[in-house]
Amino acid sequence: MSTQTRPTASPWLARFRTGIAGVAESLATPLVPADYLDLVSPLRAGADLRGRIVAITPETPDAATVTIRPGRGWLGHRPGQYIRIGVDVDGVRNWRAYSLTHGPDQPAGTISITVKAIENGVVSNHLVRRTRPGTLVMLDQATGEFCLPERLPGKVLFVTAGSGITPVMGMLRHHLDDLEDVVLVHSAPTASDVVFGRRLRAYAASGRLTLHERATDEVGMLDLAELDSLVPDWREREAWTCGPTGLLDAAEAHWEAEGLADRHHVERFRPTVIEPGEGGTVTFAASGKVVEADGATPILDAGEDAGVLLPSGCRMGICFGCVSTLRQGAVRDLRNGEITVAEPGDDLPVQTCVNAAAGPCEIDR
Amino acid sequence: MTLAPERPAQSATTLNSRLRIDSDAPRPQRPATKSSGKPNPAAHLSPEQIEGIGRELDALRQEVMDSRGERDAAYIRRVIKTQRYLELGSRAVLLFSGVKVKGFRPAWWIGTAGLSVAKILENMEIGHNVMHGQWDWMRDPKIHSTAWEWDNASPASQWKHSHNEIHHTFTNVLGRDNDLGYGILRVDEDQPWSLFYLFQPIWHVGNAIIFEYSIAAYDLELGGYLAKKDRMSEEEKAKFRKDAAEVVAKIKRQATKDYVVHPALSVVSGPTAPLHTLTANLVANLVRNLWTNTVIICGHFPPGIATFEKTSIEGETRGEWYLRQMLGSGNISGSKAMHIMTGNLSHQIEHHLFPDMPSNRYAEIAPRIRDLMERHDLPYVTGSLAKQVGSVYWKVVQLSLPNKVEGGPRRRDVIKDAVVRSYTRKKKLKRIAAAKKAKAAAAQSATA
Repeated sequence: MSTQTRPTASPWLARFRTGIAGVAESLATPLVPADYLDLVSPLRAGADLRGRIVAITPETPDAATVTIRPGRGWLGHRPGQYIRIGVDVDGVRNWRAYSLTHGPDQPAGTISITVKAIENGVVSNHLVRRTRPGTLVMLDQATGEFCLPERLPGKVLFVTAGSGITPVMGMLRHHLDDLEDVVLVHSAPTASDVVFGRRLRAYAASGRLTLHERATDEVGMLDLAELDSLVPDWREREAWTCGPTGLLDAAEAHWEAEGLADRHHVERFRPTVIEPGEGGTVTFAASGKVVEADGATPILDAGEDAGVLLPSGCRMGICFGCVSTLRQGAVRDLRNGEITVAEPGDDLPVQTCVNAAAGPCEIDR
Repeated sequence: MTLAPERPAQSATTLNSRLRIDSDAPRPQRPATKSSGKPNPAAHLSPEQIEGIGRELDALRQEVMDSRGERDAAYIRRVIKTQRYLELGSRAVLLFSGVKVKGFRPAWWIGTAGLSVAKILENMEIGHNVMHGQWDWMRDPKIHSTAWEWDNASPASQWKHSHNEIHHTFTNVLGRDNDLGYGILRVDEDQPWSLFYLFQPIWHVGNAIIFEYSIAAYDLELGGYLAKKDRMSEEEKAKFRKDAAEVVAKIKRQATKDYVVHPALSVVSGPTAPLHTLTANLVANLVRNLWTNTVIICGHFPPGIATFEKTSIEGETRGEWYLRQMLGSGNISGSKAMHIMTGNLSHQIEHHLFPDMPSNRYAEIAPRIRDLMERHDLPYVTGSLAKQVGSVYWKVVQLSLPNKVEGGPRRRDVIKDAVVRSYTRKKKLKRIAAAKKAKAAAAQSATA
């Protein structure tokens, strides 16, 4: 019977809820009810996904694991995936992607990322050295395909370098005992720079994986040809590589050359490195126009000359009527030379009337 | 920050001249007097000196913008949080607005006072400044000029156009900046007098009372539409209708909130309570209207503030634009609390120089701006709120009459003349309309 009453009851309930939501909206206008709810309960279900940092644990002198309690909207993850995290540094929100590194033994309702402070890294240094527990951060749901398949392979090889160990650590913590034969080749400048070094060595000592550590400061970078002697059966293994772009490019070529590209998986956080230059190709995404602009012409003028319909105002940088989204690329403020760089996914609003192309860039108009 | 590399000068025809401190063609020396005969307050400055002022202000702007950080972000978030709790609290108290204790209603008074302050904070220190893009640098999508909507009748998009773009670009340029009297007041002797202004003290007070609606009508350019409707293209008319629908929808939402839903909720404390909450919200909006109007008229109307002619801004450089902003604005002196309650528009000069600078920094740079202006022998107009407001009200009364011209006709005669002309013009229009009507009627009877 209950299955018959449900369909008639739920429209009522739905209508009631819409009604309540409508009243709440008319009470809060011009804000939305969420703006008030966020004051008291920023991690509630239905809120924009946020998280509160509960602990920061040093791993090496320049790396730390950040444990976060995500909001109720967190959907979980597959080991190996990463999240984007929005951190306010000096008042400015910066988004970065970090792999999830926690294992199943993690306190319920928390997740961890492990961050290595890189030279001049705005966010990584802030997270490793300055952030305090209790800080609220913005989050995106976990994403990425750098994961073990559902049917686990028999023999596995991980080739990692530096912070490239992080997604692999997430996989190992969840699945190490389900995997029969694991080899990990990991490079870091010195033994003490190895993130999760103690744990990895403990795994190796108990025979749960074969670990080849490489201290690159002493013996130089890994040449993939060495795999033949390090891991003679590497061709028979399903392989995952994560590390700096140089290693990823070399590994892809190496597996490709052996005709084994389908057994090889890589994780790339930064598919392109944006180097600001002088002028460049401006792509107007919505209108499909592509313009060559020099470094002295505002994007607004360059776009208008090409017939792109762009919002505009004072044309001198004060009214913010021309703000458009920079999807990716670099622009330079003509008033003071300041460079704004947007990585794919950053979607930064920029004033087109005072910014010129500083390299290829894409505008959302 | 990286400095821009030297690059060849480009043709000024395509780009806005205000993007640059210097110019390709030499800039003219400012004339000693304006065409109205009034002295030009910057006549003593050479183009090179104005360029120097521009460089100094650019450097000052850069210094402050480079130092924006956590402290500033924490400031605006704290103001927003305070405002929201104050509004929530006041509205909660107003649920009991009808409860009488010893002959008066304490909840009504407390709630109304709190709500008035909350609305003022929301409109000024938060709304106005966020919509100026002062906090865009934080990259917080919720505190951003493109996303903010304020507790006011005028929709954000329309206000941003008329205020950020027109008023801030063309500040105090007669015929370009409609903020100079909002089209209903004569606040500068160089504005031509007409009979309409004879009653401007009444328009002024009326405008202050319904300020949020007159801002909405002003941003919508309702006056211009009514005057030019017949000459407008279909496209322009369609745009107006779309904008008007947007304003009506916003006013409806605003009114539903303040005058229907919140009052209705207070029925929990008695059957007559909704009425008291309704009056509380009315009064809070009125207080906000009067206060914002009071602050805003001190920005550009007090004596000693210059206006400019359209021709004077042709090919204007960034330095000249800065100069115009300084001469065209006036400050209000007072306590820190007063500055916050004015949305730091009490630092109108600093705000007009750097409209996108976080408002909490204006007080910091004010002494340096004052020093710069005094070094260049430029008047830094400032005074207490009472003094500035008083002077504007007096000016509104004075300028309701035509200018006194030495050796010219007596003012009484000018007014009389205007009355007669207006009367005969009305009569003439009536006659024309009647003739038209008669003609149409004749044509109709002929076809019948």
